[in-house]
Amino acid sequence: MLCALVIGFPLVLPAWAQMPQRVDIRIGLVTRQPPPPPLYEFDPVPEDEGLAGARLAIRDNNTTGQFTGHRYVLQEETLEEGQDAVAAAHALVAGGVGFLAVDLPADELLAIADAVKDENVVIFNVRAPDDRLRGADCRANVFHIAPSRAMLTDALAQFLAFKRWRRLFLVVGPQPGDKLYAEAMKRAARKFGLVIAAEKPWEFGPLARAKADSPTTAEALTFTQNLDYDIAVVADEAGDFGDYLPFRTWDPRLVVGTQGLIATTWHPTFEVWGAAQAQTRFRRNANRLMRPRDYQVWMAVRAIGEAVTQTKATDPGGVRDFMRGADFGLPAYKGVSLSFRPWDQQLRQPLLLVQPRFLVTVAPEQGFLHQRTPLDTLGFDQPETACRIQQ
Amino acid sequence: MLWSSAVRKAALGALGAVCLGAADAGAYPIYVSNEKDNTISVIDSDKMEVIATWKVGRRPRGVTLSLDGKWLYVCASDDNRVDVVDTATGQVVRNLRSGPDPELFILHPTGNPLYIANEDDNMVTVVDVETNRLMAEVPVGVEPEGMGISPDGAILVNTSETTNMAHFIDTTTHEIVANVLVDARPRYAEFSADGKRLWVSSEVGGTVSVIDPDSREIIKKIAFEIPGVTKEAIQPVGVRLTKDGKKAFVALGPANRVAVVNAETFEVEKYLLVGQRVWQLAFTPDEKLLISTNGVSNDVSIIDVAAQKVLKSIKVGGYPWGVVVGPK
Repeated sequence: MLCALVIGFPLVLPAWAQMPQRVDIRIGLVTRQPPPPPLYEFDPVPEDEGLAGARLAIRDNNTTGQFTGHRYVLQEETLEEGQDAVAAAHALVAGGVGFLAVDLPADELLAIADAVKDENVVIFNVRAPDDRLRGADCRANVFHIAPSRAMLTDALAQFLAFKRWRRLFLVVGPQPGDKLYAEAMKRAARKFGLVIAAEKPWEFGPLARAKADSPTTAEALTFTQNLDYDIAVVADEAGDFGDYLPFRTWDPRLVVGTQGLIATTWHPTFEVWGAAQAQTRFRRNANRLMRPRDYQVWMAVRAIGEAVTQTKATDPGGVRDFMRGADFGLPAYKGVSLSFRPWDQQLRQPLLLVQPRFLVTVAPEQGFLHQRTPLDTLGFDQPETACRIQQ
Repeated sequence: MLWSSAVRKAALGALGAVCLGAADAGAYPIYVSNEKDNTISVIDSDKMEVIATWKVGRRPRGVTLSLDGKWLYVCASDDNRVDVVDTATGQVVRNLRSGPDPELFILHPTGNPLYIANEDDNMVTVVDVETNRLMAEVPVGVEPEGMGISPDGAILVNTSETTNMAHFIDTTTHEIVANVLVDARPRYAEFSADGKRLWVSSEVGGTVSVIDPDSREIIKKIAFEIPGVTKEAIQPVGVRLTKDGKKAFVALGPANRVAVVNAETFEVEKYLLVGQRVWQLAFTPDEKLLISTNGVSNDVSIIDVAAQKVLKSIKVGGYPWGVVVGPK
């Protein structure tokens, strides 16, 4: 087990900041080591993905904490293959952690949430996009920082509706997540008046990772023939083949979805609303560009800091109640204050629509209105939620 | 006629000085920093047109003037310095040490020193504008920006955008003496002329907090409501108060409006439609005109203060950010 304790407060503490007793707020982060990259990977997942966001947020929180008498302590648990996430979470909680950022897939997140449900612990889902976690499988002790698949696909569908590119050709990968993404896209299409003109499973393997031509590439070339559609939507969460599609479609068509134009929370070219400051601050600390997962963990740790600063309370239960309420607001470089939906504890947030080298637009798109906030046009709204959080 | 090159240069130089940026006698020069163009636009307040464009350092944001109006100070954020521009010639004549990423600053009421918010470095830098000596670095919250100073110069107030505080700094000891928590992303701090009120805008919180600088309590939070404009689009940034303490003007960002507030009752009286994403404001010294920088529409709006009417918008450079007006 890789274990580290980081207390990232400024090195120089002037006399006035040395309060007699700074209250400790212990935040745990459970994540898993990425598998080693293949022989040559031009953009490998950094080993500190997510962790680097947590470390920056701890520093940010502690800069504020020196004025408010709070000290934020990060406890990192990076699991190795086969290591039990629940046991790691139990150990963190036993060590005094009251807040847990979980950077793991849905099943492990749920296992942890259920294992600590009688403890005074608040959990933040920074990774899993599964709609069921915000629906039938929601948990009262889990807040969702990561956007759901429904939010990601709604963001794209709004843009397509705005552009009047209505007839979609859905290309669905073989993984379970790909099928869920495709389902979410179909729901989004219905919601925003788009049509699934065609749908095909992808059966040619991970061609985006293939190193040479093979007979299957010829088949893939004819895969998009004789279809009538405006735009291709690819569902490939693992990134195995989606990047193979642009410029290889039979007709001159654009590609959106999990590759091509994507919906995400963060991007290196994003600089408005003060984001440039966060980009440079992150880069200086982590020596690399900030990635969406870094940003999502940053938001989780900053949300805790905001709630503690605003309420002057550090009890996890109290923080949870405050975060669910209307007075909580998280500034996160998106031009608006972010808050949690009380019905499923999902963070409402604008989403970036980006192509690899540029920001194209920010969802919600102009003109999509909602009686509460335009942000609630993304994802599951109150009347349609299957979540029944016990109060 | 054959001129020697030295004579020619001198003659052109003199000509340049006349053309570049000297507003007509009787008019005020208005200086606008263009964040994306690395320039300053100079506007003549009578003609209401751009009369010169000066090149300065990269990403110019905050601008202010020496008390006599001879030197224009410009935060060149991406060059990590403050440019000092001779307002007679439009030339950058020297640089001041500023600490990294200077965004906004304020001069001591006596004209020296300059207090600079270092947005990327959680620091306020104090620099002597005559000797270019660093007098102090004060650690503050995350992303410091707004800078206000009490009329007697005793208390400096810095707002930190991510810590959401107004830090009260003693200007003799350079130590923080108090912190007041305000709404999210405080951008600007402005003292009333009598020093009895401090106004702090919160961009993401959508409010302006009016603080009693003595008790350091918030006595009023002003909220804004504009029919047809979403709550999210109302993002207060620049705040200016008239010297008589009667009126406040608040720039509301992507709401594209400047709010007129009764500074005695704190009631919002009117919204003036200006350009897109209005951030900073400045009065002419006689307070007859108010100028707003509209970042997205690349123009400034000139407002008649007494009539509470927008007179004209004037095209400037890319992403106009700060504005300051010189004496006649």
